[in-house]
Amino acid sequence: MTRALILLRRRLVGSIFVLLIVVIGTFLLLEAAPGDAVDAYIVSTGGDAGMIELLRHRWGLDQSELTRLANYLWALLHLDLGQSVTFSRPIRDVILERLPNTLLLMVSATALSFGLGSALGIYAGARPGSVRDRFLSIGSLALYAVPGFWLGLVLIVVFAVDLRWLPIGGIETLASDKTGLDRATDIAIHLVLPVSALGFIYLALYLRMMRAGMAEVWRQDFVLAARAKGLSRRRIVLAHVARNALLPLVTMLGLQSAQMLGGSVVIESVFSVPGLGRLAQEAVAARDTPLLLGIILTSAVLVIVINLLVDIAYAFLDPRVGAGEAGA
Amino acid sequence: MSPVRRFLSTPEAVAGTILLTALIAMALSASLLFPGDPQAIAGPALLPPFQDWSLPLGTDRLGRDVLAELFHGARTSLAVGLAAAAAALAVGSVVGTLAGFAGGLVDEVLMRITDAFQTVPSFLLALAFVSVVGPSLGIVVIAIALGTWTGPARVARAEVLSIRERDYVASARAIGMHPLAIAFREVLPNALPPVLAMSSVIVAAAILTEAALSFLGLGDPNRVTWGGMIAEGRAVLRTAPFLSIVPGIALVLTVLGVYLAGEGIVETTAVRRGLS
Repeated sequence: MTRALILLRRRLVGSIFVLLIVVIGTFLLLEAAPGDAVDAYIVSTGGDAGMIELLRHRWGLDQSELTRLANYLWALLHLDLGQSVTFSRPIRDVILERLPNTLLLMVSATALSFGLGSALGIYAGARPGSVRDRFLSIGSLALYAVPGFWLGLVLIVVFAVDLRWLPIGGIETLASDKTGLDRATDIAIHLVLPVSALGFIYLALYLRMMRAGMAEVWRQDFVLAARAKGLSRRRIVLAHVARNALLPLVTMLGLQSAQMLGGSVVIESVFSVPGLGRLAQEAVAARDTPLLLGIILTSAVLVIVINLLVDIAYAFLDPRVGAGEAGA
Repeated sequence: MSPVRRFLSTPEAVAGTILLTALIAMALSASLLFPGDPQAIAGPALLPPFQDWSLPLGTDRLGRDVLAELFHGARTSLAVGLAAAAAALAVGSVVGTLAGFAGGLVDEVLMRITDAFQTVPSFLLALAFVSVVGPSLGIVVIAIALGTWTGPARVARAEVLSIRERDYVASARAIGMHPLAIAFREVLPNALPPVLAMSSVIVAAAILTEAALSFLGLGDPNRVTWGGMIAEGRAVLRTAPFLSIVPGIALVLTVLGVYLAGEGIVETTAVRRGLS
């Protein structure tokens, strides 16, 4: 337990520096954008030069860049991300409203890709070089080459337009006032296609990693020892080979979280899921830079938290990992 | 066996080479076979494929020739993919070499910056960058490279850490070579092989990211892109799904070709170095 705590503390200290770099870097990048929040606001509402001056002063946009960065960091310490121009509401509230949908999408897609991917990987890796191994290997490579947003459109054409089995988009049936289990089922049905589109690509990744990992483990001495002991092939595969090949996949879970968050931007746009990714696209379209900044920061925090959880899980799963090594 | 024949001895590598050759031929012949603006109107709108042999793959919502767009799109995909990957590999190996060779504070600072870039989802970063600077081919290349240089940087650093203790580096120091000259003339070239082994994955990822950006309307508006074609077709997905499906298949075959050829190259070099 203490080992995990030491690990946690080291990681937290490092994360604060990383977050600071992210905040300052993104702030300066978005500062470079032509036009500011007032321009965006005036375009949507109209107003004269006096109004522009007044708004710039009120929102603190007439101050120097450094002052504004300092103000932003100070507000951030109070978990204040500022005001969204497009939504006329605090950015924190807008993001918190959208975040659960994205998390639901990501967690389901991860469960699908990790579960099915490692299972198929074990199935392929149990008999290296066999027909099913080659078939799954080439199939997963082909799947890995498919762009998620295009897969999403193909799924829509087949399952929503032609067969009419599943809804075409959205997170739930609008204005249906369903509650409890009915609502959960409704959301689950809406999530089938987006989760598949997002998850299948990573499924291929986990399958390939599992297969490659097992190929390495097969060559090790303890597998030979297990064979010499006369263990059944099934037991060798599951208890020895697959178990040892599973660990790198757990690390991959954390590394892929940033990729998956990026992928959900496009998937949410294809399926009109009101999540963080679609919000990012809306922010880009409306030139709402403070909102975009808030979304990028939230994603960064999310990625850090996921990686922290994965590291802790790893420390428990693999007794060889000391706090010192894991920090490197 | 010569390296080329060894490379072509695996069916995967052969398939990859065929796919890539076809793609490059498409990209190079685009202006010859389809001179003029591929975004110009060529016939009636929404002509289905295989109806009129002067427009074999039919036309889109605005009456543009789908086959011409496909050929010109190959050019954009390939150019952006290769340029972004080259930029990412170059920046990554320079940063990784500096961090690994200098060590100490330089290493610490560079690696925390690398961490920061890996913490922000690279697609979100590309989206923000393009929306700030404005969509053009060069900007899209930079935006993609921004999110992909970190992998090569880490690999290069790890490699440099093991190389910098070797004897020939020590002797380069002894004869009074400038540290930067040692880093970039002696160490970097020897650290490159594992970095270059990543190139097929990076090219593939760059092609997919470009497609996703242009799908969201953030590609260069003056060029035909496969992602843009898929987005165009989305408006008539119910009546003319082929408009979205055809450029997607081109995209899948391209990325698959890159992966297969890349795996073939890695396997060939592994055999040569006696690793397999």
